[in-house]
Amino acid sequence: MTSIILAIIIGAAFGATLDRVGATNPSLIGRMLNVTNLHLMKTILLAIGTGSILMFGGQMLGLVDVGHMSVKAAYIGVFIGGLLLGTGWAMSGYCPGTGVCAAASGRKDALFFIAGGLFGAAAYMVTYPAWKASGMLEDLAGGKVTIGTVPGAPYDGLTAMSGDVIGIVLGALLVVIAFALPMSLRTGGHAVPAE
Amino acid sequence: MALNWKYGGVLLGLVFFLAVALVKPIGVSTQFVILDGILWNAINPDVVTATDDGFTSTNAYLAKSGGKYAESVAEPWNYSFVFVLAMMAGAALSVFARGGLSREERSIPELWRNTVGDGTAKRYAVAFIGGFIVLYGARLAGGCTSGHMMSGMMQTALSGYIFAAGAFAAAIPVAIFMYKEA
Repeated sequence: MTSIILAIIIGAAFGATLDRVGATNPSLIGRMLNVTNLHLMKTILLAIGTGSILMFGGQMLGLVDVGHMSVKAAYIGVFIGGLLLGTGWAMSGYCPGTGVCAAASGRKDALFFIAGGLFGAAAYMVTYPAWKASGMLEDLAGGKVTIGTVPGAPYDGLTAMSGDVIGIVLGALLVVIAFALPMSLRTGGHAVPAE
Repeated sequence: MALNWKYGGVLLGLVFFLAVALVKPIGVSTQFVILDGILWNAINPDVVTATDDGFTSTNAYLAKSGGKYAESVAEPWNYSFVFVLAMMAGAALSVFARGGLSREERSIPELWRNTVGDGTAKRYAVAFIGGFIVLYGARLAGGCTSGHMMSGMMQTALSGYIFAAGAFAAAIPVAIFMYKEA
């Protein structure tokens, strides 16, 4: 029951935040990806950096349970899947999370995105054995690995350096990039930053 | 208008932190598989079946990793599925609170209207095809923008960086080709 209440609270906060930062708006996604307005890119980089610093800082102080980490495996299919997702993301202006939020916000095109997504996921369920047999789902570089070795985590590190310190350093780096990134890399009709 | 990136970024980062501090990292795309499984199992109840120590499926993907997806299909009122429903409610309330979207925007987003045109059939067809490719890719990769890119990079997971590299390597050229605003 507690987990359902947390799902409602954190899920609702996530959905509302995605709306407020503009991530559920395909126009802002499109202008980020055609690099005419990087406002949303700066938001995302700052968010990942902030999350990283807080999480690893909290783990170092013993305030955050390391057991909550969930690292996904690295394999060739991650890159190929990333290429596919990126293509569809640019075409539609939606990714899975922002698509469902946009549909709930009244965007009709997002309903078509979700319908396509359900068919796409089903197509993967049916073709999964072929991918499995291809070897492209085999672990790369140890599979479920982090850059440093996180104390108390069940994941191997690519390096023996302290995963907590590395996490804070990389988080800080993302924050610096978020600040350093210009508002636009190309001129376009809507290169003006959002308020 | 969108929140200034400094506030928006910190706010979004806090939500990601809250999720991992209290429960686990955020992820969304798996729930498309779970909903597919629920629909499929409703049509053919033999797809997901109970075993002595859990659930399994006639579909190899639902049955993998000890049948954890099969279990979620059989018992969908779990954290991750409710999370996605709550996301939708949260986004809808937020949009409503700021006055809702215009009729034009609900039909076709502004950038699309400016660059591709105002035909709804084309927009909806491309949104459908885009959705198909996004979810096929997300399941192949084992996660999406939320699970791999944001949650993954936040945890310094190697897979998160690989995924982000692939996603932007494809998304940027496609968007530059498709959306040319005067």
